Amino acid sequence: MSEVTMTVNGRKVSGSCEDRTLLAHFLRENLGLTGTHVGCDTSQCGACVVHVDGKAVKSCTMLAVQANGTDVMTIEGLAGDDLHPVQAAFREHHGLQCGFCTPGMIMAATDMINRHGPGNLDEKTVRGELEGNICRCTGYHNIVKAILAASEAMAKGAGAKAA
Amino acid sequence: MGVEGIGARVTRKEDKRFITGKGRYTDDMVVPGMKHAAFVRSPHAHARITNIDASAAKGMPGVIDVLTGKQIKADGIGNLICGWMIHSKDGTPMKMGAWEPMATATVRYVGDAVAVVVADTKAQARDAAERVEVSYEELPAVIHAVEAMKPGAPQLHPEAENNLIYDWEIGDSAAADAAIAAAAHVTEVDIVNNRLSPNPMEPRATLGVYDAAEDHYTCWTTSQNPHVARLVMSAFYNVAPENKLRVIAPDVGGGFGSKIYIYPEEIVCLWASKTTGVPVKWVADRTESFMTDAHGRDHVTKVRMAFDKDHRITGLKVDTIANLGAYMSLFSSSVPTYLYATLLSGQYVIPAIHANVRTVYTNTVPVDAYRGAGRPEATYLLERTMEIAARELGVDPAELRRTNFIRSFPYQTPVIMAYDAGDYDASLDAAMKAADWAGFPARRKEAESRGMKRGIGMSCYIEACGIAPSAAVGSLGAGVGLWESAEVRVNAVGTIEVLTGSHSHGQGHETTFAQLVSERLGVPIDSVSIVHGDTDKVQMGMGTYGSRSGAVGMSAIVKALDKVEAKARKIAAHLLEADEGDIAIENGELKVAGTDKAVPWFQMALAAYTAHNLPDGMEPGLKETAFYDPTNFTFPAGCYICEVEIDPETGKTEIIQFVAADDFGNIINPMIVEGQVHGGIAQGIGQALLEGVHYDETGQLLTASYMDYCMPRADDLPSFDLSHQVTPCPGNPLGIKGCGEAGAIGSPPALINAITNAIGTENITMPATPQKVWVAMQ
Repeated sequence: MSEVTMTVNGRKVSGSCEDRTLLAHFLRENLGLTGTHVGCDTSQCGACVVHVDGKAVKSCTMLAVQANGTDVMTIEGLAGDDLHPVQAAFREHHGLQCGFCTPGMIMAATDMINRHGPGNLDEKTVRGELEGNICRCTGYHNIVKAILAASEAMAKGAGAKAA
Repeated sequence: MGVEGIGARVTRKEDKRFITGKGRYTDDMVVPGMKHAAFVRSPHAHARITNIDASAAKGMPGVIDVLTGKQIKADGIGNLICGWMIHSKDGTPMKMGAWEPMATATVRYVGDAVAVVVADTKAQARDAAERVEVSYEELPAVIHAVEAMKPGAPQLHPEAENNLIYDWEIGDSAAADAAIAAAAHVTEVDIVNNRLSPNPMEPRATLGVYDAAEDHYTCWTTSQNPHVARLVMSAFYNVAPENKLRVIAPDVGGGFGSKIYIYPEEIVCLWASKTTGVPVKWVADRTESFMTDAHGRDHVTKVRMAFDKDHRITGLKVDTIANLGAYMSLFSSSVPTYLYATLLSGQYVIPAIHANVRTVYTNTVPVDAYRGAGRPEATYLLERTMEIAARELGVDPAELRRTNFIRSFPYQTPVIMAYDAGDYDASLDAAMKAADWAGFPARRKEAESRGMKRGIGMSCYIEACGIAPSAAVGSLGAGVGLWESAEVRVNAVGTIEVLTGSHSHGQGHETTFAQLVSERLGVPIDSVSIVHGDTDKVQMGMGTYGSRSGAVGMSAIVKALDKVEAKARKIAAHLLEADEGDIAIENGELKVAGTDKAVPWFQMALAAYTAHNLPDGMEPGLKETAFYDPTNFTFPAGCYICEVEIDPETGKTEIIQFVAADDFGNIINPMIVEGQVHGGIAQGIGQALLEGVHYDETGQLLTASYMDYCMPRADDLPSFDLSHQVTPCPGNPLGIKGCGEAGAIGSPPALINAITNAIGTENITMPATPQKVWVAMQ
């Protein structure tokens, strides 16, 4: 067993876990943050994407002990007083159905917009960037629309605080 | 239409919890004292179990117990059943082999459950499962249905000689033969419909909780139909009587059919909770999902279609062999029969149709309904055959379809179905216009100048949804009725709860059902809550599959609302001293028509509960229940057109455009309907281009992860061009037909027709991978 300490959604947390415990399981089981989902065993589906030190990471590819000392943000920590623009766009454009892939999609999309800079995405780029996130419900049509809309909204200054 | 009523593009009420990580799925549930299960599964496709030694596993850290099939059998838990009886054409009943929740003597597919470990943590349970020593005597295995029928093939169940489950037919064989004999042209096609894994993103999971003090069980489960699960577990598996078994399907992360069925794991976890005295949770990993979730499709079919000299279809003869896997899953028998062969008339006048269907056991996971369930198989063979016939006859594929369209309704097909309404020209016209069909030759020429092969293909599909009149399906062998229930509770302050037997696992019922109430009562959708998925809250229901929640589930709500409105009118008339017939309900008020007299909705509701001033003899309260049994299936239909470009150097197909023109009847929320079509098309494109389950010859599953089974990714797909043509369904009060499966039904033949158009050969099977396309072009 190992002791790990990290900042999760702005709060310092500690816990003990087996060395083999994945960050995804630590978040879900030790911290009760069940918004991070596990949809596969091979780091393909992206339902578990969180931000570690500001970068999108599949939390099933990282051991909890590797996250020791890092700053983690999960889907539960994304919204401020208002929804993050990416969350708002997913709702506005029906970018989700069953909701299971949604937290990972939103965390990956937020990172995507931040990396490219708000307003700098096009459909081809978004589709290519979503290679690591699988959705079985939406056919991606409305997810792509939502991400492009969020990118434009953020370019116009929406959610500057939350982002 | 109000801003939130029928036809409004309202954003979803349920979204807030999903986009903020507050959804509550089965794996998110934690109860005090909860422990974790891991299953020991067969590594062999076919073997006799000679010994199970759990002694080492029982000594592992955290292990509470290791339980086997012999123990669950000794406790009287029954075998899994198939709930739809099909008789062979010789009158004998289907041959249902025993499916034990955990195998006691023989395993029949890789993944068949043999034992279960219950331990403090999931990791400990899995570690211990590795240490359960099961000795097997391997038996020869058979994977393909055609092989399984051959003399000398390995035999799976003693009940089923030559692995044959049933040999069933529908239609008039002699008439179809005569049409073929007299035909001016016969198109013959061999069709393979590839085997698929449904793959909802949430893996199956269950949490079984036994309360010894109350002798009561609670089953949290990833189900599309919790009431059916309770019924089957009570009536057939002997888990507990219905009043001692609560089944809860909370947020469920997609189903697509695979979560209709009751699997061994729910039964085992409930029983294990009683046996061990602790709540037991099991969550599949993705490899377990691939190994144990019911697969879909897997048909091999010979088709002969006869035409007269004017290109009118005169007859159709279909011979299908369907692989049902190692055991008969809950509704498996109905899929290649009544959900398939009854749709073989398509959108066409076909005077004589005959289909013969043989279903077969193999050493593979059970096959059952997957999005579309039988209708994609029917549509694929019809629309491939129509396309090939058009090419053989040298006529335009659209014109061949038009020549044969049904245009007079109601239309009785030779295969049971009576189509009630439709306009197939309208969707064909809309799709061709949207796709700029006329401009295709120029686009092909331009592609050729770049060295690319360009193709275009269409498919005109019909499906039967809204299953179904209970008496009708009962006469065809269904073990259940297929009605739906609704209860509308008006609270004393006027807010409304609608309890429905439908289950939402992505379909957006919490929004669309509330829109219906808003339309009827003029109240905002925020004051309406939809309750579903819990057998303690909703008395009974049949669940969600077969695109039935709108046509059947909402019709039940309409019936309950009729009763609520009738009573509300009486109360309002009494309060306003007006005639009941003069009361109109609108904008949250009950008004006396033609006057300014009105009572607000909430005040009427309060009066119903204070009961200080009600009409003589009226019971207090305002709550009504209705059960709705449909009078017919509904018949959504449409036309899909796909245009592709293929790189001859690599064989890679790029979808340039995909057009869908659908007739779903009336639409409650266009945004949600479009989303359903998007998702269906993506799954259909997946089937046609990317997906396929593969077992090797020994029965090892080669596609057991997302590294091997190719799921559609965002960059495999284009954006879709959608339109709706509306012929309201005359059979239900809202005129709804259903939209959940159309995309998966209509899209595979459109895509394959486009690919074969591009490469100039028909010789390609799904999935049309770059390798297959490249080989076909050589």
